[in-house]
Amino acid sequence: MNGFKNLTVKSLLGKPVRTIVLVLLTALLTLTVLDGSLTQTSLEKGIDSLEARLGADVMVVPYSATTKQKFEDMVLQGSTGYFYMGKNYVEEISQIEGVGEVSAQFFLASASSSCCSLPVQIIGYEPETDFTISPWVKKSYGKKLDTYDVVVGNDLNAFVGDSLYFYGVKVNVAAKLEKTGTSYDTTVFTNSDTIKELIRSSLELKMNDFVDVDPDNVVSCVLINVADGYNPEEVTNNINLHVKKVKAIQTKEMISGVADSLSGVSSVIGILIGAVWVLGAVIMLLAFTMSVNERKKEFAVLRVLGASRGKLASLVMKEALLTGIVGSAAGTLIALVVMVGFGGLIEDLLGLPFLLPSAGAVAGYAAAAIVLTIVTGAAAAAVSAFRISRIDTGVILRGDN
Amino acid sequence: MPLSAESLTKQFIRESKNANCFSAVDDVSLRLEEGTVTVLTGRSGGGKTTVLNMMSGLLAPTKGRVLLDDSDIYSLADKELSRLRNRRFGVIPQGQTAIHSLNVMQNIMLPYTLYNERADEDTLKRAEELLERLDIAGLSASKPAELSGGELRRMAIARAVIKKPDFIFADEPTGDLDDENTKTVFEFLRSAADEGAAVLIVTHEECAAAYADRVMKMASGKIV
Repeated sequence: MNGFKNLTVKSLLGKPVRTIVLVLLTALLTLTVLDGSLTQTSLEKGIDSLEARLGADVMVVPYSATTKQKFEDMVLQGSTGYFYMGKNYVEEISQIEGVGEVSAQFFLASASSSCCSLPVQIIGYEPETDFTISPWVKKSYGKKLDTYDVVVGNDLNAFVGDSLYFYGVKVNVAAKLEKTGTSYDTTVFTNSDTIKELIRSSLELKMNDFVDVDPDNVVSCVLINVADGYNPEEVTNNINLHVKKVKAIQTKEMISGVADSLSGVSSVIGILIGAVWVLGAVIMLLAFTMSVNERKKEFAVLRVLGASRGKLASLVMKEALLTGIVGSAAGTLIALVVMVGFGGLIEDLLGLPFLLPSAGAVAGYAAAAIVLTIVTGAAAAAVSAFRISRIDTGVILRGDN
Repeated sequence: MPLSAESLTKQFIRESKNANCFSAVDDVSLRLEEGTVTVLTGRSGGGKTTVLNMMSGLLAPTKGRVLLDDSDIYSLADKELSRLRNRRFGVIPQGQTAIHSLNVMQNIMLPYTLYNERADEDTLKRAEELLERLDIAGLSASKPAELSGGELRRMAIARAVIKKPDFIFADEPTGDLDDENTKTVFEFLRSAADEGAAVLIVTHEECAAAYADRVMKMASGKIV
């Protein structure tokens, strides 16, 4: 004989349906807790990442871009687009009271490219003044970008050393950026010289919506960090009051809509986790109670053969722990496959920035979910274990006759 | 060393009756000597099984003591009393008492399994012999669901005696057996006593007296 431990395994194998139900239940509980909390965290990280990537207090775009919701869609939803305003606005805006750092950006959407099945957004920045993209690009590419060098977002099917063609212009992939969970993962970044060449080429090929644009004299967007002692709202109002045909937008305000959605989704997920957890705990409590009631006579026999009250309780607890370990391991595996394999789909469905935490953090969440599930199962079984440890052996054995 | 019951009384709460407390056993004294078979008979509800349960360490008396080696077994902590039951007592309960997830041999070896005791070759040989003597040798790998009532009862007897207990408690061991199986079981319990065990049999079978050293009758909780 292989001992008391084997008795636990044999008891579980002896009732396969009951055991499978308990394992599935614990797996479902782990799956819900782990994927729910990972989704919540990924959404929070996504919005943090978006805020960090925007990196400016105020953004100024042509007024026409905001009336069509074009700009916010580009930033938040990842839709492509481009618009231009005169370069003179950069100088005019920098003179407004409270404006600190100023840098211009240039937008263009690709027509087609080998990297991507759909058009991608191309953003150009001025390395001399830029304070948003350069620090981020520097993490992946330590050198200064040469003309015709680009860095690509993490989700694009292009790698360092590849050559891409935009409007017939060959560009080289100098670096691939780290994942942000935002629309920037499908964006191509380059310096202002390169993007001006691309805009020029698109105009020559008559593939640009704008026909009379001089690439050397336009910008798409002006990013601003307010000067010390000023707040972004005040500066935004100043710009909107004093500069015609442009719209200044506080980035915080732009993100607030996303943050509100995130808060709603996060609350729903939290309620769902709580509801499934309570339901799971109740079902496990019932399952263990039924299982122990059904096997009262077997426990009485074990008591007759010399099992102490503690031993009977430990048998129930060991069964709960074993099903908990197997179920939570299976649940964790499924949860990680779902989250890693379908993260993109979840992001698309929710329509919110979504950035999975690091592997270490995911492992931490998985461990916490496993512990929570096992503890829940053990707590549910503890009630039955206590009850079975108090059985009246004589009464149970006589009840049969 | 004998097992002595001194003035055992057991009272139960029965709320459905007007008197909410009744005595199932009232001031019973009994001594089980090694090498003897004691048969306890009497009508149903007379208190026989309650006496057996109290003497086998399964039911604490309301009053009185069960003495083994000069100490009351109910003064022991549950863990110690359970271990004592496992080492020195062999109990054959009423009815079918197989663990259905285990096969016959695994059921018989349960007293060892419970305390992670490794069964040596002699023990395994003894288990095989018990199966032979009880005429269930070919069933060691069978599951309880495949066995008849008589075979299950004989399996329970083998399980109770596998550790060569000093005291064997058999509660209606032939309750659902035919005459032939009844004879086999009583002969087996008699031989266990002949090998040195003290055996207490609670039964309605009149033929049990033929195998006993002492027959006692119980009625209304008292030995009469």
